[in-house]
Amino acid sequence: MTITDVLCPFCGALCDDVVVEVENNKIVEVKEACEMGVSKMMGHERITTPMIRESGELKETTYEDAVDKTAEILVNSIRPLIYGWSSTTCEAHKKGIELAEEMGAVIDNTASVCHGPSILAIQNVGLPSCTLGQIKNRADLIIYWGSNQAEAHPRHMSRYTSFPRGFFSEEGRKGKKVVVVDVRKTTTVEVADEFIQVAPGEDYPVLSALRAILAGEEDIVPSCVGGVSKERLIELVEKMKDARFGVIFFGLGLTHTRGRHNNVVNAISLVRELNAHTKFVIMPMRGHYNVTGFNQVCTWETGFPFAVDFSRGQPWYNPGETSAVDILNRKECDSALIVASDPAAHFPRKSVEHLAKIPLIQIDPYPNPTMELADVVIPSAIAGVEVEGTAYRMDKVPIRLRKVIEPNHLSDEEILGRILDKVRERRGE
Amino acid sequence: MKKIDVKLITGRLVEQGIHLENKMSDEYLKAAAVCELNERDVAELGIRDEGNVRVKSRFGEVVVMAKVNNENPAGIAFIPMGPWANRVIDPDTGGCGMPHYKGMDAEVGLSYESIPTIKELMEDVK
Amino acid sequence: MELLIKNGVVYDPLNEICGEKMDICVKDDKIVSKVKSPKVIDADGKLVMPGGVDIHAHIAGGKINAGRLLRPEDGRKGTEPRGKLTRACTGYSVPNTYATGYRYAKMGYTFVMEPATPPLLARHTHEELIDTPILDNAILALLDNNWMTMEYVKSGETKKLAAYVAWMIKAVKAYGVKIVNPGGDEAWGWGKNVNIDDSVPNFDVTPRDIIGSLAEANEMLNLPHSIHIHCNDLGHPGNYETTLKSFDVIKGRSNKNRQVMHATHVQFHSYGGSSWKDFESKVDEIAKYVNVKKHVTIDMGQVMLGDTTTMTADGPLEYGLHTITGRKWTNLDVELETGGGITPFLYSSKVAVNTIQWAIGLELALLIKDPWKIVLTTDHPNGAPFITYPIVISLLMSRQKREEVMANVHKAINKRAILPSIERELDWNDIAIMTRAAPARILGLDRYGKGHLGVGADADVAIYDVSPEEKEAKKIQSALLRAKYTIKGGEIVVKDGEIVAVPEGRTYWVNPEFDGKPTKDMLGDLTGKFEKYYSVNLANYPVQDAYLPHPIEIKTKV
Repeated sequence: MTITDVLCPFCGALCDDVVVEVENNKIVEVKEACEMGVSKMMGHERITTPMIRESGELKETTYEDAVDKTAEILVNSIRPLIYGWSSTTCEAHKKGIELAEEMGAVIDNTASVCHGPSILAIQNVGLPSCTLGQIKNRADLIIYWGSNQAEAHPRHMSRYTSFPRGFFSEEGRKGKKVVVVDVRKTTTVEVADEFIQVAPGEDYPVLSALRAILAGEEDIVPSCVGGVSKERLIELVEKMKDARFGVIFFGLGLTHTRGRHNNVVNAISLVRELNAHTKFVIMPMRGHYNVTGFNQVCTWETGFPFAVDFSRGQPWYNPGETSAVDILNRKECDSALIVASDPAAHFPRKSVEHLAKIPLIQIDPYPNPTMELADVVIPSAIAGVEVEGTAYRMDKVPIRLRKVIEPNHLSDEEILGRILDKVRERRGE
Repeated sequence: MKKIDVKLITGRLVEQGIHLENKMSDEYLKAAAVCELNERDVAELGIRDEGNVRVKSRFGEVVVMAKVNNENPAGIAFIPMGPWANRVIDPDTGGCGMPHYKGMDAEVGLSYESIPTIKELMEDVK
Repeated sequence: MELLIKNGVVYDPLNEICGEKMDICVKDDKIVSKVKSPKVIDADGKLVMPGGVDIHAHIAGGKINAGRLLRPEDGRKGTEPRGKLTRACTGYSVPNTYATGYRYAKMGYTFVMEPATPPLLARHTHEELIDTPILDNAILALLDNNWMTMEYVKSGETKKLAAYVAWMIKAVKAYGVKIVNPGGDEAWGWGKNVNIDDSVPNFDVTPRDIIGSLAEANEMLNLPHSIHIHCNDLGHPGNYETTLKSFDVIKGRSNKNRQVMHATHVQFHSYGGSSWKDFESKVDEIAKYVNVKKHVTIDMGQVMLGDTTTMTADGPLEYGLHTITGRKWTNLDVELETGGGITPFLYSSKVAVNTIQWAIGLELALLIKDPWKIVLTTDHPNGAPFITYPIVISLLMSRQKREEVMANVHKAINKRAILPSIERELDWNDIAIMTRAAPARILGLDRYGKGHLGVGADADVAIYDVSPEEKEAKKIQSALLRAKYTIKGGEIVVKDGEIVAVPEGRTYWVNPEFDGKPTKDMLGDLTGKFEKYYSVNLANYPVQDAYLPHPIEIKTKV
């Protein structure tokens, strides 16, 4: 059986043109997707059964017992942390937020270690942006800044930016200029017209220099900023002003590096100011396919996008205090529930050390480093392959994930619903 | 043994992405337990074909495989994001929730030790 | 389940009941003529009205959520912890979905129209409506800056346009057609804007053409609501002329059930003067027009002095506001369809323009003689958050209250506004019309049981603990802010101003029947647009049934 128009549940580009061949409830071929998408959809090693750790060893158990054990851990903790969410559906997010509210827990999302600083920056200055189709049809200047999308979002350029022919860009690649700004000559540079190499940690002064030049204050700009000559900076500003429709896509090169959210504030401010001259927009390159979705759901349900602390009853949002890494670094939480993510692999060692010490529950389709530390492991069906539901693309366009094969496991939403019921039962509600 | 000072950067690679949800595999170790360096830096360390390096920062150390990438300027070391990189990054979030994943000062030196597996890394934090 | 609401003072304008002491009977989710063994609600001396109907409030979807994300400082206002039945609440001008549902219900409102959904993002709007408790709802789809629309307008293929409008409304599960700064957002794709007779860049049509053709398509499809328009030139000095020209585009058209154009938040479109310095009210001109014409109805878009968050599909307008205030600004252009922007705004009593804006909204309600032509709104949250409705009502009902406010605002109000000279005070019948009967009729929802208490109507009832003779603004406000009872679909959801039940709301959507050759040809054009220009596949575009767990489908025929 051939299934068309399938969404790829891997990165924030959320391609929706994948073709999947299914035989006997098994995916035998995946077409149109990138290598990472194919690898995910073809499938690899899975957690097969729920497990509970007993005297150091994970022992197989039933869903019922694993859910009950999870509820027991949560009900007995004073300050649970609920974390993850970027590789599952918005329907699961809703259940997770309800559980956090019920428990008075802290709920956080992988955004806090990828584009969390971008969100803080947006809360400072806003975000002049658009959907990806707007860029495909109009943009003639495309800048990737601190974003190696050739490795992280391989089809971004071919679907949305540099290559496609659009309504006002009939020439396709020929009619567009592509500039890459990075500290290394990444693979993205190979398909760009121009590469501007910035010294590590110097994005902020480079952006400031561009803003100064744009404001007509080039006199105050020194001859070299962050490893880039003044002439090149002036040239870049001219290019930006001459564009009919320009866009900056930025990645973790801005959020992970010295200055963090301040770098993004500076980049967004530059784009704001460019709008006095021409049309210009900016967009964060969101990583996981539904990290944007969690931020959307959490915002409409709680008022805040991530790092929400329910311990006071009402939502309290203060990244730096209520974000997962900080809570772990302060050794504050006394249990953790991890859904659809792998903090043991992606958090700093110090945070992982506390994660290893507290009761830890993992809900995930795949064995991973977090499982090595977990006390309860609950396997879930793969959203977007075995479960349908909502996901938001990096430009906040919501699309419905398709289910292409029948699952052998429960969905995240179902598991969380059962945990919520058990928690309420244990609390006598 | 020879050592060099670098700015350490972590980030994404396709290979690491392909095995992102298959982390317990050998392929993931091969993709993520590496340190990309300019050939000048590699030569200075005295590595000819392949060899392991110990990457050390104020926050920890880890052994990974050295790999030449000349698109990397000399003085910059790149480790794909993941459990190896996270042994050495700065956990301080500066009050914004985000640890310091890119741009740490680190020291890279030749090592004859083997690369730790994920199980070993996790045993070590327990 | 039966209810008997006993001895209330009933205002039910659609049934010409004006302050009569009478009983209202409820069985299950409908109003009935009698009941056998009901639970009795003593409404003696209290106001009884149909549940409130909001014709225009940005409560759900991409824009309001971008507003929430932009303004955690607003989120921190008005936080309330989780209750036994209720979820945690946050926000003032950009409340979370739960706060939205509870606060409206506490004010006796039971239906809200989300008025500006970009079709590509409609799934998001529906997702939020699922999480908005109690309120029945519907959405209007933005179809005016749309490439398909403009191409059919240019070619004069009105039947294909109608086929497209029908397809879109069905595909995104919308209720009607919204127009926002027609042509302006397409121009904004290049950082530009247009006025009513300008040519839209690259499309060779004028906003005037777009308005006329969409009205024709709307009437051809026999939709329950007319076109719903946010005119060009919003918020600019001297824009009343554009507004009157926009109204005039379809003069001479009529529909036996309703208007053929609803112009929204007309406060923002009633400005005179040539700059901010001589900015003045031109409500006299607007009211003169609306008072004698039958084809157009309006809503207020009242401004209240204070901080709020502005958000509209009018992209260039929001950028303009940002350049005035320098405050943070979010923009979201939507490919082939529309745009949007958000920026915070403080309407200050110390600023002449803001004070005059405040006066203009009230002037509209007071100078337009027939309350069936003007609905009470604040264009939530643009003029003010919906939670200020009780204050707006008290201002309309009390000249004394208005004078108290006017004594403490910028003195420009005395020269450049009309309000100081207006003596009219509205009564409860006027208010019941402006907040229930008129919006229901204008939306065409009166035929589907909304906005009245006649037998067969939906059992959506508000009971306020205030005497019809009460004149004191404070008492009126507190009674309206916290209803004695709100009944939604026959269920008591608010008692003594507190939420006591949280049923899920229902979503009204229109399924316009329109088949044949124009539809077939249109689908060919549409397929081309998706293959070449959209960034999603056509197969993934329509909103799936999963996003309307409680749908009410309204079928229409040509």
